[in-house]
Amino acid sequence: MSDVVTAPPLTLPDRLSSIDEPVKSIRTPAAVRYTYSPGQAPSEFLYKVAQKQLTGRKCPQCTKVYIPPRETCPTCGVTTLPDIIDLPDVGTVTSFCVVNVQFYGQAMEVPYVGALILIDGSDIPLMHLLQEVDVETVHMGMRVEAVWVDEGDMGPTLESIKYFRPNGEPDADWNSYKDNV
Amino acid sequence: MERVAIVGTGQTKHTSTRGDVSIGGLVREAALRALADADMTWDDIDAVVIGKAPDFFEGVMMPELYLADALGAIGKPMFRVHTAGSVGGSTAIVASELVSSGVHERVLTLAFEKQSESEAMWALSFAIPFQPPMHAGAGGYFAPHIRSYMQRSKAPDHIGILVALKDRLNACKNPYAHLHEKDATFESIKDSIMLWDPIRYSETCPSSDGAFAMVLTNEKGGDDAAAAGRPPAWVKGTAMRSEPTMFAGRDQVSPLGGQLCSKDVYAQAGITNPRAEVDVVEMYVPFSWFEPMWLENLGFCEEGEGWRLVEDGVTEMTGDLPVNCSGGVLSTNPIGASGMIRFGEAAMQVRGQCGEHQIDGVRTAVGHAYGGGSQFFAMWVLGSEKP
Amino acid sequence: MRDVAIIAFAQTKHRRSYEGTSEVEFLAPVLQEVQAKAGLEKKDIDFVCSGSSDYLAGQAFSFVVTLDAYGPWPPITESHVDMDGAWALYEAWVKMQTGKIDTALIYAYGKSSPGSIRRVLTRQLEPYYTQPLWPDSVALAALQARVGLDAGTWTEEQMAEVAATSRRNAKGNPFAQVVDDAEPATLLSKDYFVDPLRVHDCPPITDGAAAVIMVAGDKAKELTDRPAWIRGIDHRIDPAALGVRDLTVSPSAQLAAEKAGVADGNVDVAELHAPFTHQEIILRNALGLGDGVDVNPSGGALAANPVMTAGLIRFGELADRISRGEADRGVAHATSGACLQQNLVAVLEGE
Repeated sequence: MSDVVTAPPLTLPDRLSSIDEPVKSIRTPAAVRYTYSPGQAPSEFLYKVAQKQLTGRKCPQCTKVYIPPRETCPTCGVTTLPDIIDLPDVGTVTSFCVVNVQFYGQAMEVPYVGALILIDGSDIPLMHLLQEVDVETVHMGMRVEAVWVDEGDMGPTLESIKYFRPNGEPDADWNSYKDNV
Repeated sequence: MERVAIVGTGQTKHTSTRGDVSIGGLVREAALRALADADMTWDDIDAVVIGKAPDFFEGVMMPELYLADALGAIGKPMFRVHTAGSVGGSTAIVASELVSSGVHERVLTLAFEKQSESEAMWALSFAIPFQPPMHAGAGGYFAPHIRSYMQRSKAPDHIGILVALKDRLNACKNPYAHLHEKDATFESIKDSIMLWDPIRYSETCPSSDGAFAMVLTNEKGGDDAAAAGRPPAWVKGTAMRSEPTMFAGRDQVSPLGGQLCSKDVYAQAGITNPRAEVDVVEMYVPFSWFEPMWLENLGFCEEGEGWRLVEDGVTEMTGDLPVNCSGGVLSTNPIGASGMIRFGEAAMQVRGQCGEHQIDGVRTAVGHAYGGGSQFFAMWVLGSEKP
Repeated sequence: MRDVAIIAFAQTKHRRSYEGTSEVEFLAPVLQEVQAKAGLEKKDIDFVCSGSSDYLAGQAFSFVVTLDAYGPWPPITESHVDMDGAWALYEAWVKMQTGKIDTALIYAYGKSSPGSIRRVLTRQLEPYYTQPLWPDSVALAALQARVGLDAGTWTEEQMAEVAATSRRNAKGNPFAQVVDDAEPATLLSKDYFVDPLRVHDCPPITDGAAAVIMVAGDKAKELTDRPAWIRGIDHRIDPAALGVRDLTVSPSAQLAAEKAGVADGNVDVAELHAPFTHQEIILRNALGLGDGVDVNPSGGALAANPVMTAGLIRFGELADRISRGEADRGVAHATSGACLQQNLVAVLEGE
């Protein structure tokens, strides 16, 4: 390989020649605190989640139901989606992956399944975990239901759903989710 | 519109940790090489445009402010572009427009990432409250869409391995690439740990420190370089497209944004049959399966056929549409720089500067970058002849 | 150079905090409004460019989510700078000069309320020697103010005058945040906040958003009676290290003003992005603005300072005044970095 590739060696000026070991790096911890605002539509959604109710919002123009609801429709640019639709906590797996290694910030036991789940009545899949399932059997079209955390741990977060698990129903009809694969 | 010529390129040796240079030192290394290649000094440069991915990766907000001195930009116009993963590409496009608009004659453009400073992996995945949790990280975001591609196209399971093997072995011919896995084999890749099924460890991009710089000039600058025996690469077309991250019915396997971006840039360059008319492609492939997916998305083959090109060896250096002779993102990935490395390697191919990974007689090359949730696209077409 | 004009401007009512509202929520109405004012729809917009900051939002890739407020479908040509929206405007202006686009929508937004803005802005500084000391934005501005006071370049009275004028002017601006009738003497009677700066010398902490529509050539005349034409635009940068610069002057602002042709004609109005009172004085000097110039009739950044947006707002405010016939020729300015490190200057003119 070419010598040109590496950086030229470090040479100290004469007045610093008494230094044996130049400082090569410094560690400077930096922390900044932020208070995040989810926005009004996501806030309402999360309060409902805390009550074990999933909801979606329908765009008046394209009629798609978004979950988690958003303030605007990302394709139409419509600024408010006033229709709030109650949704069940069951859906269809539209795609998935099997995670085999721990990565930063995760405390799950591997292997585990991350899945895109199309909640019944909505038009966009939600990403969540699939558990209580043999990873080999996970497939597109699988019908799943939410498993919620204990009452005392419920809160305005999608983590109030611990994970989804197969609910034993026969696979969803391809037509019901083909637009989302 | 003024014609734009690339007359200099330079890059750092990419590696996981460049502990021998500061961020300023890293960018200067690439910039000085590009200037030397262009036979210019800092004083010859009218303006500087830099690009990089989120500031959280290094812990420096708006790094153009700190780097103005390092990049000889004092008293000059300088700014920084940020379009997520496609940024290296969009930065090059902005730089080319500073010249094609006639606003400047000679522009230095550079993209970098020093992922070892601060923690790029943390910055990519720290949980934002109220947003749906990303249970599986970046690879976990793309893996389900790759699975969808495999389902749609009925591609056999081993296609990803072929891509990874090709890119890793190509990288051995590129002294600047991060990974030099001379001993990579089909089996070694197949046996590597499955990270996010169907993506294996060896089919995944590394995390790198690196920078890439280019000097762009107007037509006179290009002519002067050619006369001095340093043929430029001429810009024949540039395009960018963006679409929303998530919307009902979105095709994340072959996003419309990518399709439209490629159609636009081919039209500008007068290309009607990309497969036949393009000599070499540098496309942004961070996980192996993106190669067949992008081959289809960028119009090099029909939908569902991308994997066949891979299997038939079409995208090997010996094939008729070599892809990622540099080793690609799979072998080198300083995130903010990766897009510009694609754009720059395309220029190097046209200019005959690729050494062992050079394809003979390149007249037309394509550079491609994408970012976000496959939603930001940037491309350019370069030629050895003036447009 | 192609003639390019600003033909529409919209902004939020700037507030200390839009807590409870997301960036998308408060930006979306601004985008709708500016398109309506221009008489254009998404399909008529050739290019979208935005300015915002990940560090301000506390989120990597923060601008990606906010783009949804525009509704980029079918796919659009779009770009972004992690800088003040004035530089996004510059990027769009350059693209117009290539002839590839004729219309552009530029937007910018910033919420300072989520984090401590003074602390966040320390992350803009050189990372090895300066950042670890956490010198906040107000302290650095105070340091600069001290240099000028000691050198006799400005006085505390002059600084208070700037503040009083800004607040008084803001009475005519329904979007401004800091508005009152305080006399300089009253302001001067307050204690120091960060010596030698008092609260009135500093910008407010603001959440806000703004958007501008630019159109090239004759199309601008079709859409509005009196477009605000960009006659010249340039930007320059000074060294990052404060000790290397004379902090009482701004070479980059002066050079940008020269290149933009500020002195080529009369300046009626100047909208200067000066977050601190003494900085307005520096900029007046650097741009060669005499006493006859109406500086910051909107109230300027002292009346509302949505970070990453205040520079773009200067362009919008000036353009609106020209459109309304209240000014014929003016200067818009934006700054980035500590103590006026980087400056963008443009000359706008009505016909």
